[in-house]
Amino acid sequence: MDILNALVAFTNFVIVPASAYGAQLAIGALGVTLIYGILRFSNFAHGETMAFGTMFVLLLTALLQQWGISLGPLPTALLALPFGIAAAAAFVLITDRTVYKFYRRVKAAPVMLVIVSMGVMFMMNGIIRMIVGTDDRRFTDGARFIMKAREFKEMTGLSEGLAIKTTQVLTLVVAVITVALLFWFLNKTRTGKSMRAYSDNEDLALLSGINPERVVTITWLVVAALATVAGTLYGLDKSFKPFVFMQLLLPIFASAIVGGLGSPLGAIAGGFLIAFSEVTLTYAFKKVVTYLGPDGWVPDSLVQLLSTDYKFAVSFAILIIVLLFKPTGLFKGQSV
Amino acid sequence: MKTPIYFALMGLLIVGVGVFESWNNALFVLNFGLISAIMALGVNLQWGYAGLFNVGVVGFVALGGLAVVITSVSPVAPAWQAGGPRILLALLIMVGVITAAIMMWRRLPKGAMRGLIVGAILIVGFFVFRETFDPAVAAIEAVNPAQQGFLGGLGLPVLLAWPVGGLFAAGAAWLIAKTALGLRSDYLAIATLGIGEIIIAVLKNEDWLSRGVKNVNGLPRPVPYEVDLQQSEGFVGWMERIGADPVIGSTIFVKLCYAALFLAVIILIVSLMQLALNSPWGRMMRAIRDNEIAAEAMGKDVTKRHLQIFVLGAAICGIAGAMMTTLDGQLTPASYQPLRYTFLIWVMVIVGGSGNNWGAVLGGMFIWFLWVEVEPISIFLVSVLTSGMDATSPLREAILERVAYMRPLTMGLILLLVLRFSPRGLLPEK
Repeated sequence: MDILNALVAFTNFVIVPASAYGAQLAIGALGVTLIYGILRFSNFAHGETMAFGTMFVLLLTALLQQWGISLGPLPTALLALPFGIAAAAAFVLITDRTVYKFYRRVKAAPVMLVIVSMGVMFMMNGIIRMIVGTDDRRFTDGARFIMKAREFKEMTGLSEGLAIKTTQVLTLVVAVITVALLFWFLNKTRTGKSMRAYSDNEDLALLSGINPERVVTITWLVVAALATVAGTLYGLDKSFKPFVFMQLLLPIFASAIVGGLGSPLGAIAGGFLIAFSEVTLTYAFKKVVTYLGPDGWVPDSLVQLLSTDYKFAVSFAILIIVLLFKPTGLFKGQSV
Repeated sequence: MKTPIYFALMGLLIVGVGVFESWNNALFVLNFGLISAIMALGVNLQWGYAGLFNVGVVGFVALGGLAVVITSVSPVAPAWQAGGPRILLALLIMVGVITAAIMMWRRLPKGAMRGLIVGAILIVGFFVFRETFDPAVAAIEAVNPAQQGFLGGLGLPVLLAWPVGGLFAAGAAWLIAKTALGLRSDYLAIATLGIGEIIIAVLKNEDWLSRGVKNVNGLPRPVPYEVDLQQSEGFVGWMERIGADPVIGSTIFVKLCYAALFLAVIILIVSLMQLALNSPWGRMMRAIRDNEIAAEAMGKDVTKRHLQIFVLGAAICGIAGAMMTTLDGQLTPASYQPLRYTFLIWVMVIVGGSGNNWGAVLGGMFIWFLWVEVEPISIFLVSVLTSGMDATSPLREAILERVAYMRPLTMGLILLLVLRFSPRGLLPEK
């Protein structure tokens, strides 16, 4: 029996990575939920929006590195991030003006907009691949670890190490700042309040003189920022591969829906719920169980509930279970 | 009048491929086009007739592919001996546990006890299942893994796999419809997206079933092999009489055989769908699609009708999936990409004209033609445009390298243009 070591192993392999992944999903899901709340459709192009912003961050980071500019222990990508956001913002605004605006004007059915977003997804997909190709790219630099496994062992005298990557801490810090800014914006500023009013009741908002086009524009700007931040954090943590962002769409949608579409708080809760379920159910608990069992005893199997290849299946299963009991998500979501 | 003209133009496009590239390519475009058209018909049934938004097409197509393996591959006797009965037992346990959990949930009175009991059944059941399942899987996958390592199939004629593929897809669709159809449209979309991903994950990882990413090669064929034709005196003599090369002739003959089979299936499906569309059943479906609340007030059971049409549409996609795997001659689970098998099918339906079966067929064939031909056409255009440049100029090389990604770009552009300027598609619903 060695509870401390078991706890450290659990923290190292489950809590730390799942927190970082959860934060990335949460920021992604916030973008989906905002689009749903204001523009009232599920945006299938959101994964590609993330990839698009991240691509600019990646290219600019490479340029900065060439010029010899760096942030010391922090990744250079942080310097490039605002420019990536600007590029993504410009792109989604152009898309909105040339594509989505028409359907708002003719008051098309929401499902029409979903299909339109598929077309946008295809086009962005092609554009992204034309610009950067399909290779796997790493753009993380600076210090790799905040805490290395060996240092932790020496410090505590435990036999199990705890390693924390810089990108994981950075993800959480950036996520907290982003979410704080977003909630401040939505709850305290005039523009944010008008967005919430528009989302709650369109007719009433229009009556009180809110300019819908302005609300839509600002929503896209916020979504572009969220998508780029989420994509960049994910890319820094893992690597940048264009098709990964399309695969991320399922857990992101699942997070947004589990939390309740249109509810920002729900998106965050959903993101962490999905991430923790995915990581816990697909982690091989052999090490942890060995520590908890009697001395010298080792379980025969990996003590893994599901193979890691089923992690998307987990997000979907959680989604179905939650919906069976709470049809509009954990935090009361909207319905079209 | 539009319909025959558009189909004639489509025929010209395929003939064009034959003239400018090769007849082999033309038949390749035709065969896959016919299969794509069937997939589009399946989606059209769900979306065009009933307004159900299914983004899990890839999963149903993949199930059709799996059906080919399970129906037509000969059983692997050593693998069955190693773990066959045990794996069947494990699957029975899984079904039993889930049924028991659902039954208990329905029978027990509401309260915390109910949740605890059902939870306990599921957790204990899961471990019993794994305890039976894991050793069986290990034993089966250990049997000659380079060539076998899976249970194989039933060794039945491959054509039987087509209806079986439809049944598999229908079964999966029934399960998903039971859980998700009561929900709103966006939720159904995400639910189907999820089930598609799960089916692909199972196919990629359950090696005992599908050999996973090791692929199942050399699936049986419903038509003769080229080599046999080239060795058959009758065929060679026939080719000499019409003055054709027997090697090329044999490949074309095989493709024509497939085309005939596919045409038979597509004629059957289109006829049935036209009959359905113009029957009281079809009118009811469209009435439900156009105004659910009014239809419900008229006493129509909307959820039940939706379930019915969702299952039927998925079955058609499954049949098409089985046909495609038969044509390929191999099951490659890693090749099932949502972009190609879900979203592209949607482009076909929208561009062709949702709610119109001929539109779905036309859209399927036309978009497939573009999917294949956009690349050679763009390469041709780029080489003409850059012919003034040095052949080794980096700019030219960079452009040529990028041309491959014209495909998704063009598909997206076409979808957006059609949605914007002709939202009812090339052949609108009547």
